[in-house]
Amino acid sequence: MAETILSIEHLKKEYDGKPVLDDVSLKVKKGEVIVIVGPSGCGKSTLLRCINALEPIQGGEIRLHGEPIGSSPKQLATLRQKIGMVFQSYELFPHLTVMENIILAPTKVQKRTKADAQTEARTLLSRVGLADRADSYPRQLSGGQKQRIAIVRALCMHPEILLFDEVTAALDPEMVHEVLQVLLDLAEQGRTMLIVTHEMQFARAVADRILFLDDANIVADAAPEVFFDTPVSERAKNFLSTFTFERKNKNSQDAALRV
Amino acid sequence: MPDLGLEVLFKGKNMLRLLDGLGVALKISLIAVAISIPLGLLLGILMTRKNPIVRALLRLYLEFIRIMPQMVLLFLVFFGATRVFGWNLSGELSAVIVFTLWGTAEMSDLVRGALTSIPAHQYESGAALGLTNAQTFFYIIIPQTVRRLIPLSINLITRMIKTTSLILMIGVVEVLKVAQQIIEANRMSSPGAAFGVYLFVFFLYFIVCWPIGRLAKYLEKKWV
Repeated sequence: MAETILSIEHLKKEYDGKPVLDDVSLKVKKGEVIVIVGPSGCGKSTLLRCINALEPIQGGEIRLHGEPIGSSPKQLATLRQKIGMVFQSYELFPHLTVMENIILAPTKVQKRTKADAQTEARTLLSRVGLADRADSYPRQLSGGQKQRIAIVRALCMHPEILLFDEVTAALDPEMVHEVLQVLLDLAEQGRTMLIVTHEMQFARAVADRILFLDDANIVADAAPEVFFDTPVSERAKNFLSTFTFERKNKNSQDAALRV
Repeated sequence: MPDLGLEVLFKGKNMLRLLDGLGVALKISLIAVAISIPLGLLLGILMTRKNPIVRALLRLYLEFIRIMPQMVLLFLVFFGATRVFGWNLSGELSAVIVFTLWGTAEMSDLVRGALTSIPAHQYESGAALGLTNAQTFFYIIIPQTVRRLIPLSINLITRMIKTTSLILMIGVVEVLKVAQQIIEANRMSSPGAAFGVYLFVFFLYFIVCWPIGRLAKYLEKKWV
């Protein structure tokens, strides 16, 4: 049985008195890949943002290795090094080159030597197929390339858990695949990951567990085969039906006659 | 060929006097710029703070300076301070005070604008990597703010240099005043001098401000 890395207990998050997350509890084991799905505005992204304390919470507790998150700014900065986060809009630092983007936190926060950080950055860059882009500026890269750099930037801090917040939502379809492929590779390496996405086929392929969030809570927590093939709740069924399309009368006798 | 009055420039020490006048104008504007930039940075950062009283006071200061024509401010400080407080400020000192008040106000608004134009996500991105607030500010926010700020503040500097042409109104003998004196003195011998002398004044402002403007353009391009 793998150890629990992250535990969330009775998490409560409100925006202007409206509950966004209401009594959410979750345990994440080492090496687990959890995909969080759900309709827009159900609190998926908010959940990720609460985990590394980008959002203040109104109740409950989040613990990383048993240590509660957010007790002091100093402790928070330490914990955040262990939590890698990748955002929808990449958020590379535009004034720095790719290499400088990647080694900023390792050298300034973890005080590693520049040479050491650069060596690791180069290895990681070549693993995502961008070894030749180290000296480019973010503005010279495509969306998919930027997102892969953002992933490398997070990886270079040696995080124990990775959070991906709709990392392909801002990308053109042909770039979605290259980014998701990187995520699949990371899953293969046994990384612990929490992924928010709208790519259902990808979710099914990558996930160990699917969490379905709706109305501020976890409605379903199941293996991908179970969740997609035999959804239990009515809400999950409705949600999944929004990803398939059907023309009711196509191929039927009626339609043929009407033509 | 009409008389352009250019020969007046080469009479006596006229050319040198004009350059001296330019020196006075530059001295006043550059001293004011040198004080305005750090003060403006400070006030600009304060303007992005949450404290409503500080923000209201700074806003009031900025609006006051903006609404007042620079000439009125010059009169207010030069004549007003003498009358009300009994201070005998020289014209040059009054000019430095007014230009500093003005430059600081404009600079603080530029700093505020540049700071607020940095997306919140950049702060979050830094925080998510484990950078402290100070590190995020120092390595991520400040460099981006400065890149946005430099072209804007260079434009402010050229505006301040050009606006020194107003300080002849409080008796400071700067380049435009020298030009007027030269034209007056040569009214009989070369009545067309106005054109030539003012043309030269134009040229002087141009050689000072044009390179500065080019620099702003260059930096703007470099840091898009």
